[in-house]
Amino acid sequence: MGKLFSKENGEVFMRPLNLDNPVTVQILGICSALAVTSQLKPAVVMGLSVTVITAFSNVIISLIRKTIPMRIRIIIQLVVVAALVTIVSNILKAYVYDVSVQLSVYVGLIITNCILMGRLEAFAMSNGPWESFLDGVGNGLGYAIVLVIVGFVRELLGFGTIFGFQIIPQSFYTENGGYYMNNGMMTMPAMALILLGCVIWVHRSINKEEKK
Amino acid sequence: MSAIKKYFDKIRPNFEPEGKLHAFRSFFEGMETFMLVPNATSKSGVSVHDAIDSKRIMSFVVIALIPALLFGMYNVGYQHYLAIGEEAGFWAMFGYGLIAVLPKVVVSYAVGLGIEFTVAQWKHEEIQEGFLVSGMIIPLIVPVNCPLWILAIATAFAVIFAKEIFGGTGMNIFNVALVTRAFLFFSYPSMMSGDKVWVNGDYIDCINGVVNVDAVTAATPLGEAAANQPISASFIDSVTGLIPGCIGETSVIAIAIGAIILLWSGVASWKTMFSVFVGGAVVALLFNAASDNAVAQIPWYEHLTLGGFCFGAVFMATDPVTSARTECGKYIYGLLIGAMAITIRVMNPGYPEGMMLAILLMNAFAPLIDYCVVQGNINKRLKRAAK
Repeated sequence: MGKLFSKENGEVFMRPLNLDNPVTVQILGICSALAVTSQLKPAVVMGLSVTVITAFSNVIISLIRKTIPMRIRIIIQLVVVAALVTIVSNILKAYVYDVSVQLSVYVGLIITNCILMGRLEAFAMSNGPWESFLDGVGNGLGYAIVLVIVGFVRELLGFGTIFGFQIIPQSFYTENGGYYMNNGMMTMPAMALILLGCVIWVHRSINKEEKK
Repeated sequence: MSAIKKYFDKIRPNFEPEGKLHAFRSFFEGMETFMLVPNATSKSGVSVHDAIDSKRIMSFVVIALIPALLFGMYNVGYQHYLAIGEEAGFWAMFGYGLIAVLPKVVVSYAVGLGIEFTVAQWKHEEIQEGFLVSGMIIPLIVPVNCPLWILAIATAFAVIFAKEIFGGTGMNIFNVALVTRAFLFFSYPSMMSGDKVWVNGDYIDCINGVVNVDAVTAATPLGEAAANQPISASFIDSVTGLIPGCIGETSVIAIAIGAIILLWSGVASWKTMFSVFVGGAVVALLFNAASDNAVAQIPWYEHLTLGGFCFGAVFMATDPVTSARTECGKYIYGLLIGAMAITIRVMNPGYPEGMMLAILLMNAFAPLIDYCVVQGNINKRLKRAAK
């Protein structure tokens, strides 16, 4: 284990945020990214939950990686993730009940999120706890960034609000004599998929040079 | 003709690589080939000579759409004066409709062609002509009160996401005009739901459509049926087209004229068109016998004349790009569109109009149908050869 903030560790943390983003580059975790992003608040909460769970499951698995028998490692990883998901789910229910109702099953379904299993298998099983922690936080935040971008556009155009605050003035709406209408398709998962495609499109156009 | 040619020759140097208007090169080329027969010949390989190229095909479709467009304009005025209960002459009605419909045509063409030209310039390609038809169909399949900014957004969305990202004209999986309508349908359902197309109210606001609270609304026949009310329009009215509905879809006669032009010029396939009607009629008959909700009880011939069924069958289902291309596949494709359209109408009260969703669904399946037909033919011949 090298220095805590060495260049390599910085790389481990930064890569998933941009060049190796789990959603836009590896195309993982798409399902929940479509389901929870109709408003910004659940998107942020979901992103943070996944970050916390990825980080700590990475650390735990990394700590016990040498004692895990290879043949049953998936089960053990699942047990760890499931335990963390249950904890996070209960915390959400206790402190932000309305959001947890909005997220409904998707908090529980973090267990099946490919990003988690991917990081556990690809990184935590062969790296030390501190690197694994950085990797987990980086991947979780990389996921959260995409969720926030999609959630921002969807809530702004679909409801005219940001975090529940009215951004587009009420007087613009047709009911009040204006000419504006909310875009109903933005509130549907189909539009989230198209927006996600746009995010990936922009991301790849920007990073065209690095890819080659 | 020679004057046009001379003019193009005169301004051509401006668009050469060193010319000052080089940035608009693709626009120049587009206009040149639109006005004149292109001068370019293929540099290698065999090419089949035909007097008709894709721009001429598109022109035929646009000509075929003109009757529906003109009648649509008249009907907009007719419905308006009917709704406010005033008498008006033919030209007053037509003029009212012209003022209401023309901005939609202009917006649809401006937005769509603008995006096409930009993409062509950006990718250093020739301008593709596919939008000539879509740009004319789009205004015909929206309700008259649809605000222009919403129409512009929907057109832009459809051209970018249904056409350009698939590779432009000829590569799209879904019919561009129908994607425009689907976007409007799901984004602004209060404008588009098909059960209540607003008849234009007491004034026309050219920029934003009519959205004042006093605007008179009239239920479309299918909307009435979905709400279990008796249909107020007579069969004759729905054939001539004097019923509320989207701009171009109401008149069976005007669409039939378009269909004759399309079939005579060989642009559309009679197999697709015919089998859509057969599929619709058969399923409507089945529902007549089996079910007792109000939409199911509409006689089969009325089902075929109401709503967008005719317009979809003639102009959308036969789109050569998105429909099935094998001869046998065309029958299957058409039959399934007709059957799906009536099924959606009857079984799903949330969508009184099923034609759009039926065609979009079958667009997705057209390659599969073609694949099965081709594969079936290969197997048949293999078997024959093995004997």
